[in-house]
Amino acid sequence: MMNKTLGIVFSNMHDTMMAQLTEKRTMGSLPFGGRYRLIDFVLSNMINSGIKDVGIITKSNFQSLMDHLGTGKEWDLSRKKGGLTILPPYGRQEAVFYRGRLEALSNIYSYIRESKAELVVMSDCDNITSMDYADIIRYHKEKDADVTVVYQNKKITNAVHRDLTTISMDENRRVNGAYYNREAESGNVLLNITVIDKRLLERIVSEAVSGNQYSFTQYVLQQGNEALKIYGYEYKGYVADIKSLQSYYDCSMDLLKPEIRKEMFPTERPVYTKVRDEVPVKYGIDAVAKNAMIADGCVIEGTVENSIIFRGVKIGRGAVVKNSIIMQGTYVGENCLLDCVITDKDVMIRDSKKLIGCKEYPFFIEKGTAV
Amino acid sequence: MILKKEWIAMLLAGGQGSRLYALTRDIAKPAVPFGGKYRIIDFPLSNCVNSGIDTVGVLTQYQPLQLNEYIGNGQPWDLDRIHGGVYVLPPYQKSSNSDWYTGTANAIYQNINFINRYDPEYVVILSGDHIYKMDYSKMLEFHKQKQADCTIAVMEVPWEEASRFGIMACDEDKKIYEFAEKPKEPKSNLASMGIYIFSWGKLRKYLEEDEANPESENDFGKNVIPAMLQNGEKMYAYAFQGYWKDVGTIGSLWEANMDLLNPNVPLDLYDDSWKIYARNPVMPPQYVAETAVTQNAMITEGCIVEGEVDFSILFSGAVVEKGAVVHDSIIMPGSVVKAGAVVEYSIVAENVVIGENAKVGCRPENVEDKDAWGVTVIAKGIHIGKNVKIPAKAMIEQDVPEVESDDE
Repeated sequence: MMNKTLGIVFSNMHDTMMAQLTEKRTMGSLPFGGRYRLIDFVLSNMINSGIKDVGIITKSNFQSLMDHLGTGKEWDLSRKKGGLTILPPYGRQEAVFYRGRLEALSNIYSYIRESKAELVVMSDCDNITSMDYADIIRYHKEKDADVTVVYQNKKITNAVHRDLTTISMDENRRVNGAYYNREAESGNVLLNITVIDKRLLERIVSEAVSGNQYSFTQYVLQQGNEALKIYGYEYKGYVADIKSLQSYYDCSMDLLKPEIRKEMFPTERPVYTKVRDEVPVKYGIDAVAKNAMIADGCVIEGTVENSIIFRGVKIGRGAVVKNSIIMQGTYVGENCLLDCVITDKDVMIRDSKKLIGCKEYPFFIEKGTAV
Repeated sequence: MILKKEWIAMLLAGGQGSRLYALTRDIAKPAVPFGGKYRIIDFPLSNCVNSGIDTVGVLTQYQPLQLNEYIGNGQPWDLDRIHGGVYVLPPYQKSSNSDWYTGTANAIYQNINFINRYDPEYVVILSGDHIYKMDYSKMLEFHKQKQADCTIAVMEVPWEEASRFGIMACDEDKKIYEFAEKPKEPKSNLASMGIYIFSWGKLRKYLEEDEANPESENDFGKNVIPAMLQNGEKMYAYAFQGYWKDVGTIGSLWEANMDLLNPNVPLDLYDDSWKIYARNPVMPPQYVAETAVTQNAMITEGCIVEGEVDFSILFSGAVVEKGAVVHDSIIMPGSVVKAGAVVEYSIVAENVVIGENAKVGCRPENVEDKDAWGVTVIAKGIHIGKNVKIPAKAMIEQDVPEVESDDE
């Protein structure tokens, strides 16, 4: 069943919502969880669900993404047939700088058409979860659906209340309405993970182009829900919904909870990423680490508490790092104090500096900055 | 078509490593885990790649399964090449006769055809049981400069230990005039590191002659090197400075691991210009809990630490539960130290479970008879029951059922 499924990943959706973190990278290449990029979770879900063909739709700033993905061999997607295909935005002559999912799909129309798959699984990168797509496909077939969309019933908070689609359904979970950024206490919020029959997708995309439609939500979920059998699939597991710097911080801190780590990193569904051949973490004589997730290649000589430390970070003697997210290659000098700080990659913090944010407003330091 | 190579390496990885006992019961010595995320063979393999050698034959014989699987297509070491790359070379059947590898020289002799395919000028012979970082290209430069037939890497060892090694006596120009295997009265303190560069034509001739000699043990140190010396071939000693350790015994394996924690030991794994590559497990970053103490330790991906880890190395996926203590020990991949257990001066092999409140190994200062002290070893996959006490120097190869706590 799964080898007749094509995976399509939208690597740029919602880039603009996190200005600082995605200024020079796509959403998909945003570092997360100590050693991963957001796209690793989606890709790993796809391969752990048995999908062997995956196309990555890119838009802008995708050099870091290409560098990360390479030929796809770390995800076992470097294959003679199928495997990983990076789909650049101007892959064909009449391509446009897309405004929505349908337009993005029209740019890769021939890629979809040439696929031998029967079903397509589409996903964004910013809903981070460990999900078996085979369950959704089974549901899709049981319901004899044309389209299945995955949702989660949850509170709608301000932090995530942007580009948010909620759906309404009848008692059989058939979708009868879709709403864009609707004010509500709570709702059936789409995770932007969609299963659709491939031929139907081809038809929708070509019709949409001729009708100058670009939004999947508008054209399919709102206008098409009577003609098409669209069903909702409720997902109850943990989802890190990253839509802003604040939600990035909160979701990162969630990883320190054992029950969430267990859900995000189940042993039977490993999360694959680019290998960097880092050395194990070395703890010095007076090192202290408490409630911390620490990736390989770090040298810890100071104190780390309630923090996520990415690969290759050095924390000097006497330094204290609390409630912070320290990205790859950051150097924290001796006797520094960092509290509620997010450092992007390759930041250097000189000895004895004190940088303090707060949990509701973490202090962000741009990539490559020396403080 | 095979392209000519200037040099290739042959890595001797067939030995059982019988002095590692339980640790090499079902894996070859080069496949023994080392340093948190490596296996011993990662060191010579990475040295090859970093030195610019892109063709390596790995000679296997004893329990090759894990080693084969580990090396795979060589991709982790960047040795998946169109021309060359890494090849696992087990003994094979031939039309006239078939043989196990009877000695180090015989192993190379049996693969003359493999080497000939690359038509190399030079062949580097390495062994798979040493921990060191070395640029073989500098040694090759030396070999060329001396127009040598054979260059042997040597390092100075303390005089009192010299009689444990193969000792080279050489003149001021580093030309070797005498070689003695474990001499009682050493003439020098330059010990062979088991790393050779040969000019291939010369080596091939001597391998063929050695094979034809029925009295030979077909060993480099015992037969080939002495024969070449006797015939007055140009043999030079290349002095290596830096860290090098033979990890052939339980004691030296434990020490070499502990050396990684010693800032004064000149083996820097964190040096980006000479990385040691390994096949990486796919695991999330380590998690260190609120209750944990981690000092002087190397801990890697997939580990969960809730207890105390000091002067120790934890391999991928190792778990140290609440209240458990790991001191001066090596915990190999996937092993679990349950709550309240104490592990000291031990090597715990892969996928072992140390039961609650068990006590494994002990500090030398707590043993009266110092000769009875040694590093404790728990073999792969063993379960040590609750409250069990395992003494120093023990070698546990069978499950030990739980006992009543003696606190009551």
